[in-house]
Amino acid sequence: MTRHLRVDGPTHDDRLDQMAQGVIGQPLNRLEGPLKVSGRATYAAEARPRDLAYGVLVQAAIPAGTVLDIGDAPGALAVIQDKRMIRYAAQGLDQKGPTSGPDRVEYMGQSIALVVAETFEAARHAAQTIAVRYKPEEVPVDPESVTPELPPKKQSAAGDVDKAMREAAFALDRVWRTPSQMAAAMEPHAAIAEWDGDHVTIRAALQMLSSNRKQMADALGIRESKLRLLSPYVGGGFGSKLGINAEAVAAAIAARELGRPVMVAMTRQQVFDLAHRRSETRQRIRLACDAGGRLTGIGHDVLVSTLPGSEFTEPVAQATPFTYQAAHRQVVHAVARIHRGCAGSVRAPGEAVGVTVFECAMDELADMAGIDPVDLRLKNIPDVEPTTGRPFSSHKLAEALREGAKRFGWSDRRPTGQRAEGEWFIGMGMAAAVRVNMLQESRARVTLVQDGHAIVETDMTDIGTGTYTILGQLAAEMLGLPPDRVEVRLGDTQFPPASGSGGSFGAASSGNSVFLACEEIRGQIAKAMGCNEADLTLQDGMARAGNIVRSLSELVNGTITGEGHLQPGKTEKSHRQATWGSHWAEVAVNRWTGEVRVRRMMGVFACGRVLNEKTARSQCLGGMSFGIGIALTEALEHDPRDGHAVSRDLAEYHIPTHADVPALEVHFLPERDAYVGPLQAKGLGELGICGAGAAVLNAIHNACGVRVRELPATPDKIIAGMDP
Amino acid sequence: MREFTFHRAASVADLPAGATIIAGGTNLLDLMKLEVIAPEALVDITRLPLDRVEPEGEGLRIGALVRNSDLAAHPTVRRDYPVLSRALLAGASGQLRNMATTGGNLMQRTRCPYFYDRRMACNKRDPGAGCAAIGGVTRNHAILGASDHCIATYPGDMAVALRALDAVVEIDGPSPRRVPLADFHLLPGDTPHVETVLQPGEIITAVILPAPVGGQQRYRKVRDRASYAFALVSVAAVVGMDGGRISHAALAFGGVAHKPWRDPEVESLLLGREPSDALFHEAAEILLRPAQAHGENAFKIPLLRRALMATLRDATGMETTA
Ligand SMILES: Cc1cc2nc3c(=O)[nH]c(=O)nc-3n(C[C@H](O)[C@H](O)[C@H](O)COP(=O)(O)OP(=O)(O)OC[C@H]3O[C@@H](n4cnc5c(N)ncnc54)[C@H](O)[C@@H]3O)c2cc1C
Ligand code: SF4
Repeated sequence: MTRHLRVDGPTHDDRLDQMAQGVIGQPLNRLEGPLKVSGRATYAAEARPRDLAYGVLVQAAIPAGTVLDIGDAPGALAVIQDKRMIRYAAQGLDQKGPTSGPDRVEYMGQSIALVVAETFEAARHAAQTIAVRYKPEEVPVDPESVTPELPPKKQSAAGDVDKAMREAAFALDRVWRTPSQMAAAMEPHAAIAEWDGDHVTIRAALQMLSSNRKQMADALGIRESKLRLLSPYVGGGFGSKLGINAEAVAAAIAARELGRPVMVAMTRQQVFDLAHRRSETRQRIRLACDAGGRLTGIGHDVLVSTLPGSEFTEPVAQATPFTYQAAHRQVVHAVARIHRGCAGSVRAPGEAVGVTVFECAMDELADMAGIDPVDLRLKNIPDVEPTTGRPFSSHKLAEALREGAKRFGWSDRRPTGQRAEGEWFIGMGMAAAVRVNMLQESRARVTLVQDGHAIVETDMTDIGTGTYTILGQLAAEMLGLPPDRVEVRLGDTQFPPASGSGGSFGAASSGNSVFLACEEIRGQIAKAMGCNEADLTLQDGMARAGNIVRSLSELVNGTITGEGHLQPGKTEKSHRQATWGSHWAEVAVNRWTGEVRVRRMMGVFACGRVLNEKTARSQCLGGMSFGIGIALTEALEHDPRDGHAVSRDLAEYHIPTHADVPALEVHFLPERDAYVGPLQAKGLGELGICGAGAAVLNAIHNACGVRVRELPATPDKIIAGMDP
Repeated sequence: MREFTFHRAASVADLPAGATIIAGGTNLLDLMKLEVIAPEALVDITRLPLDRVEPEGEGLRIGALVRNSDLAAHPTVRRDYPVLSRALLAGASGQLRNMATTGGNLMQRTRCPYFYDRRMACNKRDPGAGCAAIGGVTRNHAILGASDHCIATYPGDMAVALRALDAVVEIDGPSPRRVPLADFHLLPGDTPHVETVLQPGEIITAVILPAPVGGQQRYRKVRDRASYAFALVSVAAVVGMDGGRISHAALAFGGVAHKPWRDPEVESLLLGREPSDALFHEAAEILLRPAQAHGENAFKIPLLRRALMATLRDATGMETTA
């Protein structure tokens, strides 16, 4: 039986807190950890079906135009150019395949064909050297060189920001730029396709199997029921595997044509060309406040870019309408259609760069108005969502700011440029953290077996976040089993369709479906016990109601199966849902070379219920490290003439190394959000990123007085603002 | 990667004609995978007895196969040539340094991204094809000694320290010889594909360090992240003081030219003088007089000046405080 819930109202009873097993929230180790560190977890490119052939994508060497013909590849099994091959990856949650037709080139490096050979090396050689004739076209590749579109739905205004600026006691009007950024997951995109009659199985590195299956079936022109996707282990996604990409479609087409399994794995350079990039942004921020520091005007004008015809545009100002109060407000969202690689979701689309820049602007305003940056934020927290009047589902920003200031020792912060150690200026900075919260429809099946173990099945993915572990913990808690008595099976479209991993909604969405499936099972156990479900206590394989105690093996005849189905509902509209926090950083800036070293960093986060303190903390550590990357090191550089990605490997695209990341401190504020489903848990994966970079950049200013408004803050930009 | 033959050399005399040497492989294999180079024959030299560090006269003879990690940790190097240890440890990552060899490190190719990208025109990869870097992304390119044919830099750290230490490269082959490191790497001119004086059929067998000169030894590397990044600019300094005056100055610079850069005029200016900011400014002026920016890399000019100022202050005992 399926237990279904649409989240139409609050959940005030803290059911999980009433359970007896006591494992939820515990910092349990990752279930699949030993498999991964011993090389036994098979990633997409690690299966070896018999007779496997290897494909490598052929890439366009022009930014736009038509492919006239493709030469031969001596020694290769086949050169395949099929009109179903896709030009760029699908966006997250797309229900259809992306634009196909590889004879048209829309950006440099686009996939235009596939070469298949008996070895990977032979295929790569052929793909790299094959002769291609093009009819090239002139196209723009610089977002600031074209007249942008202004999609009407994405503009918003209330009052008159210009007037607020004119009448303000303090007014700030500045422009920031952030470069293209890449997810740069450790595992390159890869797929192995194998046909059995008219049925195809594809092992791939994907984040959201149920929508990926729709995209893939549409791209291949087959029915969904003929397609099985397997992604049991994924070596990081960060948005880059939300939608299907060229390699998986090409693998399926080639495997069909050759009648044998085909693997297509991207090289590292291809990942930088073909995975979505986060758009570069230009952000003009206007802030007006009165003498007391109360905001009267907020303007956030954004320019982002993507390919013509692509719908996703980086939602930079997504959190601007509800983070701070002000009577006059305006958001401008401009989109430049240019021919750099396709833009898409990269870890915390929107807030990662939008909140970061906005929080830098708040720091500048605080400085200008002579108000402590923490106070400036505290003074401007709204009671209800300013643009709509909706209540917040929960609101912890003020608490996160106060708690953070106390724990970090904010009161020790000195005025700008007043602290030094040796040849290093030392400074502190802070920023607010905010990220919208979402739920997605999700299903799961749980089976309780007579011998006292349970199996959780859902096509949810674990992209390194800890999904296996938390879903196991949830079932263990609800069914009263030790965690090692729960087996979790993920990443297979034969299991019930889940939300997938993306937008920080994975844990809460899939977790709620497992919770519901377990409630269904509890109902059946209660029936066998002859009691109400609410009076049932399950613990260590025993069921208790009043003074009746029975073991599960007596109650379960064979197996009991329950399915859970969660759908987001009215609370999505009735309440503004968001997660909140604060970021704190202490940095050292070299007086000579402008090098920046983060000395300590701390985050305080409120994300509803924490399901596993260890995996949750790890998510925040990753997010804060990305924040360091956004502030200091990461930039995908584009050639000014043809737009191609220049820094296209991990030596040149600078993810922070261990030496760039100090010991990070993470604190969670206890919280139960009633409007986000019975788990009362919200998304967490991305919150740690949102604003983290601003704390670092604001600390740089406090250290040495330099404001860097073109990210990242590499040494050249710091010395440009320093005394000689 | 193209197919190639593989031969493991048993002795220095056993190098097949026309074969490309592979040592640690940390640079060569990347270049082969991308088909920036496509040798038909590889000869693995890692079984040759060239992996020792031994005294030679008052100096030190470092075999071409000594791994970067081992050389950096060698007690004599740490004691007598600390600038070399520091430069090595500032390079690459622990894993790479465990594989990388002294000879391979000297021979490493530029990191110009256009050189690594077969779609782009590159005179170094394909003589006469043109230089796509000029007018492109030039953040890591040269400010000194570049030409209209190539603006790439030599990217390594170890060689910058070796240059300040007046090292000599020992070459074996048809005509065995020793070449000062100063003359080993070449400026690009109109033949950027010719990077060193090493001829086909020749092999580096060792690097010789002269007797230790003592003094203060510094390696200051400025980079875009704290580790695992090539130098934006770097300074290797060996500075001696006598009675408050500079008695020895050897300064080499990385990340700024097609070879480790050294300017005798800068050093002679410093000799016999008392350290002061004014003096160091003058030194930087001389060093940077011939500097030329190519777009994005203009920042290297002030950055090199700053790195030099800081290094000289530090090495002469002046304060470097903020
Ligand atoms: C990601 C990354 C980051 C790096 N960062 C840095 C850095 O920050 N600083 C730095 O200095 N270096 C850095 N390196 C470069 C690294 O130091 C070199 O790759 C390494 O030193 C090369 O040594 P190898 O023995 O592996 O050479 P190989 O790759 O084996 O060979 C390199 C070249 O030298 C030739 N060769 C090798 N031995 C001899 C010999 N005895 N005689 C003649 N020719 C020979 C080969 O034919 C080939 O052309 C980095 C490399 C990578 C991949
Ligand atoms: S700078 Fe030199 S290495 Fe780079 S593209 Fe030009 S010629 Fe090639």
